[in-house]
Amino acid sequence: MLLSPYATTGERIRITLLWLWCGLVILFLLVPILIPVPLSFNSGAFFIFPLEGLSTRWYEVVLGTQRWQSAIGNSLVIALGTTLIATTLGTLTAIALSDEKFPGRRIVMPLLLSPLIVPVVITAVGSYLFYARVGLASTYAGIILAHTALASPFVVVTVGASLTGFDRNLMRAAAISGARPLTAFFKVMLPLILPGVLSGAAFAFVTSFDEVVVVQFLASASQRTMPLEMFIGLREKLSPAITAAATLMMALSIVLLVVANILSRRGRRVPNR
Amino acid sequence: MSALQPSELDRPTLARDRSAADAELISVSAALRRAEFGDRLRSLLLATPLLVLLALSFGIPIVLLLSRAAYDPTIADALPKTAAALSGWSGQGLPGDDAFAALAADLKDNQVKGTAYELAKSLNARLPGARSQILKTVRRLEKADGQAALDALKSAPFWSAPPTWTAIQSGTKSFTSFYLLSALDLRWDADGGIERVPPEQAIFIQVFLRTFFVAASVTLATLILGFPLAYLIANVPKGLAAILIVAVLLPFWTSILVRTAAWTVLLQKFGLVNDFLLLIGVTSDRLDLMYSRIGLIIAMTHIQLPFTLLPIYSVMRTIPPSQMKAAYSLGARPFTAFRRIYIPQVFPGVMAGCLLTFILCLGYYITPALIGGASDQLISNFIANYVNVELNWEMAAALSFILLVFTLALFGIFARILGLDRLKLV
Repeated sequence: MLLSPYATTGERIRITLLWLWCGLVILFLLVPILIPVPLSFNSGAFFIFPLEGLSTRWYEVVLGTQRWQSAIGNSLVIALGTTLIATTLGTLTAIALSDEKFPGRRIVMPLLLSPLIVPVVITAVGSYLFYARVGLASTYAGIILAHTALASPFVVVTVGASLTGFDRNLMRAAAISGARPLTAFFKVMLPLILPGVLSGAAFAFVTSFDEVVVVQFLASASQRTMPLEMFIGLREKLSPAITAAATLMMALSIVLLVVANILSRRGRRVPNR
Repeated sequence: MSALQPSELDRPTLARDRSAADAELISVSAALRRAEFGDRLRSLLLATPLLVLLALSFGIPIVLLLSRAAYDPTIADALPKTAAALSGWSGQGLPGDDAFAALAADLKDNQVKGTAYELAKSLNARLPGARSQILKTVRRLEKADGQAALDALKSAPFWSAPPTWTAIQSGTKSFTSFYLLSALDLRWDADGGIERVPPEQAIFIQVFLRTFFVAASVTLATLILGFPLAYLIANVPKGLAAILIVAVLLPFWTSILVRTAAWTVLLQKFGLVNDFLLLIGVTSDRLDLMYSRIGLIIAMTHIQLPFTLLPIYSVMRTIPPSQMKAAYSLGARPFTAFRRIYIPQVFPGVMAGCLLTFILCLGYYITPALIGGASDQLISNFIANYVNVELNWEMAAALSFILLVFTLALFGIFARILGLDRLKLV
């Protein structure tokens, strides 16, 4: 497609240069995220290649010491809480917004997306100020609440996308057949939009699991999450344990987001069949 | 009579029927409207929980923070008597003895209530050096009463300087433009006009310019790196394109913190980037890339590249290659065809990607905090610092306000010319 059948020399040179440039850009994209992986298996305490030897000692540090264990636990509690609330409320809102007659749709949508636009430090500092007054600072509830604001836009968007092809007549058919609204929702609508809902849930989980700025302002010392431990570690002393933590976090978010994307693609395809 | 036309007979019947039908129609449409109203109400109810939660967890905190930029009752609350005594003061020279007496009484009250430190901190933001003076005076006033207290105040050079009293008077006004002006390196001058603060006190304009400079550099770098790759992905066979897209998405799906961590490893003095530069002979010495502007821009470029690339790619994908071939066959040289046929069509994608990256760069916090040096801190880092270190909420709020204005204005432009749909990535 790039090269015409009767390519001139000039064209060949241009295409070769394009490939060369793009190869370098791909290296620039991939090398930095792959580098922590081999380093995390290094038996030495330094970040220098060649590796001294293979070992899992840094994974033992991350998975075996109390400090990191409690951080992983906190991360999971907060991310699961956020996922639960953001997915439930986000799905309801997406269903409401998919109705074209929803009043003020054009105002509500940008408002819902605004947590993605507002610089996160402003969100974090504002939450810290307000939550301290109402007794939510340094509580799991406070962090989950703040994370829900950041995560719910993803749910609204993915569920909304899977609803664009949903035929509302199915709900009418269910009603005519005698189904109550809740039954119709669980038996007819939810199974059809489930891929979108699960995909939104995965996005919400990753958003919360990776978040560090809000946590930095809202969490007490006993509520430190995995990213916050990493952030603090990077500021204080660079230890290879961080590369192990980074590898684990990267693996988790990549797996979840691959699943989320496959699901959301499938979710968008179903109604068109 | 017998010759009644059926039509004549029919007419009234028909009219009756029609009115009945009309009435039925009206009742049907009323019922429909009622049903739709019910639907609408239900939709609204479905959306309510999230909207309420967002208002509580996001809306109110931000409004509360921003209000701190213009409303600061700390000094007015701490010095009620002084505020009353100064209300009629012209602001010229020194106020009368009653103001001194009121201040002495107020300061003693603060010492009793334990709010002296807060007052000292708040006044210090307006009048550098006030903190230590207030704390010193408060201690001295503990042992003095009435006339002795008044004398103690009047004999102290700090309290008998007119600028002190101007600062107190302006501080006792709870609604203030002081912090917002300070955030732009401006202040009120003695005649009630607005002037620039002296150069040695000016910091924020420089920080905003730095933030814009870094954002613009990163945007340009991502465009230079991303545009050719987007073009390649859009024009190779499907299978190869899928592999290349994964190479773009893998870093995109990795958190900013993890990628920043990776760059702190790479940018070390004995890290891979320096190894590479030595290997290809660009430099003869190892560079200090950590805590430097260039290191920060490299890492941010890596993080933002997919944000710039993906919108461009999604537009390029829709341009049929036959168009360029048509341009060639009509005699256009490659560059002309590219400039006149291709660029105008991908322009919206380029705008979307670049604006998105620029907007996101304005709010960067983690990467400058970990990779930037002291002179590479962006505006978000200053906001965090005012909260964490200086405990000056008003200044943090004022800087947040200005950053938010820039962000929302750019986002408004984005939504206006490109539409919100362009925000969807992938």
